[in-house]
Formats: sequence, C-alpha cells, structure tokens
Amino acid sequence: MIEIKDLHKSYKMGSNSLHVLKGINLSIEAGELVAIMGSSGSGKSTLLNILGMLDEADSGEYNLDGVPIKNLNETKAAKYRNKFLGFVFQSFNLINYKSAMENVALPLYYQKVPRKEREQRAMKYLGQVGLKEWATHLPNELSGGQKQRVAIARAMAAEPKVLLADEPTGALDSTTSYEVMDLIQKINDLGNTILVVTHEEDIAHMCKRIVYLKDGVIVEDKKVEQVRASTYV
Amino acid sequence: MFSRDNWKEIFETIQKNKLRTFLSGFTVALGILIFVVLFGFGNGLINTFDDFFGDDATNVFFIFPGRTTVPYKGYKSNRTIEFENSDLADIEKNFPLFLEYVTPRISRQDTVRYKQESNSYTTLGVAPSHQFSEMTIIMKGRYLNKLDIKNKTKNAVIGRLVEQDLFGAKNSIGKYVDIGGSSFKVVGVFQDDGGDNEERVVVIPYTTRQLIEKNNDKVSQIIVGFKPQIGYAGAMAFEKSLDRFIREKKYISPQDQNGIFIRNVADQLKQNQQFARVLQIIVALVAFGTIIAGIIGISNIMVFVVKERTKELGIRKALGATPKSVIGTILLESVFITTISGFVGMLIGIAILSSLGEKLKDFFITNPYIDTGTAIFATMILIVFGAIAGYVPARRAARIKPIVALRDE
Ligand SMILES: Nc1ncnc2c1ncn2[C@@H]1O[C@H](COP(=O)(O)OP(=O)(O)O)[C@@H](O)[C@H]1O
Ligand SMILES: [Mg+2]
Repeated sequence: MIEIKDLHKSYKMGSNSLHVLKGINLSIEAGELVAIMGSSGSGKSTLLNILGMLDEADSGEYNLDGVPIKNLNETKAAKYRNKFLGFVFQSFNLINYKSAMENVALPLYYQKVPRKEREQRAMKYLGQVGLKEWATHLPNELSGGQKQRVAIARAMAAEPKVLLADEPTGALDSTTSYEVMDLIQKINDLGNTILVVTHEEDIAHMCKRIVYLKDGVIVEDKKVEQVRASTYV
Repeated sequence: MFSRDNWKEIFETIQKNKLRTFLSGFTVALGILIFVVLFGFGNGLINTFDDFFGDDATNVFFIFPGRTTVPYKGYKSNRTIEFENSDLADIEKNFPLFLEYVTPRISRQDTVRYKQESNSYTTLGVAPSHQFSEMTIIMKGRYLNKLDIKNKTKNAVIGRLVEQDLFGAKNSIGKYVDIGGSSFKVVGVFQDDGGDNEERVVVIPYTTRQLIEKNNDKVSQIIVGFKPQIGYAGAMAFEKSLDRFIREKKYISPQDQNGIFIRNVADQLKQNQQFARVLQIIVALVAFGTIIAGIIGISNIMVFVVKERTKELGIRKALGATPKSVIGTILLESVFITTISGFVGMLIGIAILSSLGEKLKDFFITNPYIDTGTAIFATMILIVFGAIAGYVPARRAARIKPIVALRDE
C-alpha cells in the first residue's frame, strides 16, 4: 500500500538547514496497523505529513497504492488527499462553527457527493463512533474524546485507503485514549490501513507493528503482539 | 463552482459567522450610505443655489439711477439722477439689435384693503413686459396689457399670497381692492418661484402710478431684457454701450461710480455657475474619497477574515479542498455580503435623502437627491474593488501549505 525509498527532508531556517529525515525506507501492506515511535523532535510528524501529502520530501520515492507521488501541484495534491487519505490530528482540527455531522460530511462535499447522501453517510460514520445523538452539537459542546471520535469519523467518511493519525491520543487522558485506540483497532479490523504516530509505549503496543525513528533514520521495525484496548476499557 | 450546493455552503458559513458578516456588511453599507447622502447633499446645495438665482430671467439688466459724485460738463456733483418715460423710449429706439423689451419699475409700499382684511404690500408700477423679466406665471385672469398702460387703467394683478391673505379661499378676479387710497380692479393672480416675498406683491400699470403721483413721468428703475441669442459676450458689450449711452444722456462722468448702476444678471449667472461647478467638484471629490475609504475598509476586513480563517482553510485543504475552491469560497462569500449590504446601504441612503426634502433648507440643502445610475455605479465599484481586494489575500491563503495553516495555533 505504501512504499517509500530513501526519503530525505530538511527544513531550512535562514542560513541553517535542519536535516530531519535522512533516508527512510518503509513498506506498509494493506490492512496493517503501524505505530511510528520516537522521541519528540525525531521527525515522526514530518514523515507522516509527507505520507499525507501535506508536505513534500526533498528527495526519495513515494508510491501510494501503486501511484507515484511526485511533483504534485496543490490542486492534484488536494484531490489525492481527498481520495486516498484520512487525517486525525492531536488537536482534533474540527471546524468550530460546524456541527459534528457537518464536520464529518465535509470531505464528501469536496468529493461532490450530493447533500442528502452526504448527510446519510456522515450519520452512518457518526453511528460507528457512537455519537449519533451528538450529531447536531458543535465541537465546543463535546469532550476531548468525543471530538477525536468525530475527527476519526470524518477521516473515515471519505473511505480513504490509508488513515494517518498524528498523536491521536496526545491530548487525552488514558481512559479516553484507550477508547480512541479501541475505535482505531476496530476500524483496522475491518481491513483499513492505519498509521499512528505516538511516543507512548502502551499506545504503540496496541498496533500490530512498531517502527522506531531516531535521528532521522529507522532504527528498529518489528511486528508485535497486539494488545486489545478493549481489555482496559 | 456556482452550484446550489456551493451557495448553500456559503450561506451556512455566513449564517454561522455573524460577527464577521456583520463587520464586512456594515462597513460596505455605511460606505455606500455616506456616499449617497453626501452626494445627495451636494445636489441639494446646488438646488438651493438654483432656487436663489434661477427664478428670474437671466437675459436682463437692471438700471438704477444714483447720485453723482463727480462734476461733469458744467454740472455740479451730488446731483440726483432721475429717469423719465422718454428714457424708456430712447433706449428702445437706440438698441433694436440687442433689445427684446424694456420696462420701468416704480416700487412703493402700500396698504391694500379688501373689506375687513388689509395688509401692507410692495406695489410695483410696471409695463406688461415685466412679466418676462420676473418669469411671472399667471394662475388666473391676465397680466397687464398695452391698453392698461395707454389708458392708465386702475387694474391690478396680485400675487398668490396677497389673494390668500385678503380673500381667503374666495376668488379675487373682478373684485375691487383699495390700494393706497385708490380703488383698483383685480384682473389677474400670479405665482412666482422666487419664494413668499415675490408672491406678496401687487402689480399695477406704471402710468397709473405716475398719474396718482401728481401725473409725473418719473421712473425709478429701468429693466432691460436683451435677446438671449447675443450670448455672454454680446451681453457684456450691450451693457457697456448702454452704460455709455445713459451717462451721455444724463451728463454723468464716465469715472463716476455712483451716478448710475447697472446690474447685469448674465455676469452674475456666470459667476454662480462657476461657483456651482466648484461645489460639484468638491462634492465629487468628497464622495470619491468615501468610496476609496470604503474600498480600503473592505480590503482590511478581507485580510482579517482570511487571517482568522487560516486554520479552517488548512483543515479544508487537508480534507481535499483545492486552491480554486478555497479562493471561490472566500470571494463568493465576500461578494455576496458586499452586494447585499451595498444595495441595502444604497437604498437606506436614498430613503434618507427623499425623506429630507426641504427639512434642511436652513442649511442650504434643498431636495437632496442622487440619480439612481450614480448610486448603482458607486455600489458596483465598491463590490468590484471589494472582490479584487479580497482576491489577493484569498489567493495567498490558497497557496499556504496545509501543514503551515494547521500548525498555526
Ligand atoms: N516547518 C518547520 N520548520 C523548521 N523546523 C521544523 C518544522 N517542522 C518541524 N521542524 C523541526 O523538525 C524536527 C522534527 O519535527 P517533527 O517531525 O514535528 O518531530 P516529532 O513529530 O517527532 O516531534 C524538530 O526539531 C522540529 O523542530
Ligand atoms: Mg509531532
């Protein structure tokens, strides 16, 4: 599903340049649930943003479901993001003046799905994350865990090939974190490919594979026995 | 891009961001409103101006006799100049090329009485052509005619307000009024655009006035109407030769400032028109400034709006919004708001102007108005420039990478 070879990325700040990714090789199959681990500043978000076409690598190859991702203009990148990718952020990034349902329906608006169908599908995904009764509420009327579940529903609504989650539990307490991970595991059980960036060991062990980043390279890449989050809930 | 779904999305955004909508809408509405009102006031000033100077004929000279201050050709100074009937005839005879008519005017203040009602009015002894110099409009009956002059009849034409004062709602035609002790028959009632003062006037044959005053032939003032075709230059030339002619005839030194005086309305008119034009230019400049200020206002609001929405736009882009749709969302929203509020401001402005009418007459503003074309044009300008002003920040927002927008917390 995801194929990257010798990926480099550096940030230029004035005359200095910070080499963040120094040759990343990674291959992820469909249906995997991968955790990307590493200390703060190790480049996890940078990698995920490149995978999500929110940012561009300096060099290296990137294939997503057989499509080479290269020299994209903004319009094309937007279309690919819409078709291939779902995002979940640490800070939820819901649109504050739109209700839960409208937030979930938004990616479908950019797919030009008719309004009625958009709303039906949004309700279906809200149901899957257990927030059907909260459909008409604005984000600031929801708890942190609920917001993240809305964000997950929104990421899933467009039925993407890959779900990218950058510290999805970073802003949540541990009970709520496990609830969110439980949801992510269930979505993975349905066959969806998911990447989760985290720096917490227990969250990483709820995935099926852990990739360790350090100083811009992958230092370890191992399959793990998945810990089901439902045992904690 | 302009599908119904797009519009629905925009309406929702507008509805749910009331403060933002209100801010930009208010700025635009206020800008147009001020423009319309200012422009209307300018037109009101010009109206007042026209009212002051526009009710009398402009192809007219008024000749006033004075008192000499310079000795001339054996005559001592401090001599009172008087006009007589023969002067009227001489002027008529000597300037056939320029002249359209000539009329004397002998002005007196008289008590006019009808039954119990009486009042003091200006009484003018004039010739029939006086009707043209004052642009008097006959409401009923007739003006004075040649026979009145020739036969020194005791016929009078009274102003609309004189009739109202003395007769109330009753008809005055054919009734007899007492003017300064003599009985006159009312043959006509006139109105005049020059205001109340010009409608509280009684007009009688000048010959009758002379008859009453010991059958003299004195004329206190001469009004000369010239052919409009002679133009401004012709009028100035005519004035000069008329001045020379009268000085010659009355033995007044060419250097004497006070012997006679000619008031040339054409000259005044030209000055007035120049003044009105300057007024119009000032008003146009102020209005133009208002529009510029409005455009700057919208530009600032657009910059603010885009800044406020940076994160939201980043989220939308992460979810698949293309740069084109980002620009479209921002622009359509702003054009929609500016159009609606622009026209609302315009209509309120027009309503204010038309409700004012004559209420601001004390401030020299009469019937302020703006022609709809100008108002719509200004509104469109503001909308178009608002859109252009919005396009720049919108395009910049569309270019920001989504991660940059999302990082902004
Ligand atoms: N836009 C940027 N400009 C400059 N430096 C950046 C930028 N984004 C990230 N960095 C730097 O790159 C390094 C990796 O950042 P990041 O990928 O966010 O790390 P992580 O998510 O693992 O904490 C950090 O040192 C960070 O300061
Ligand atoms: Mg990070």
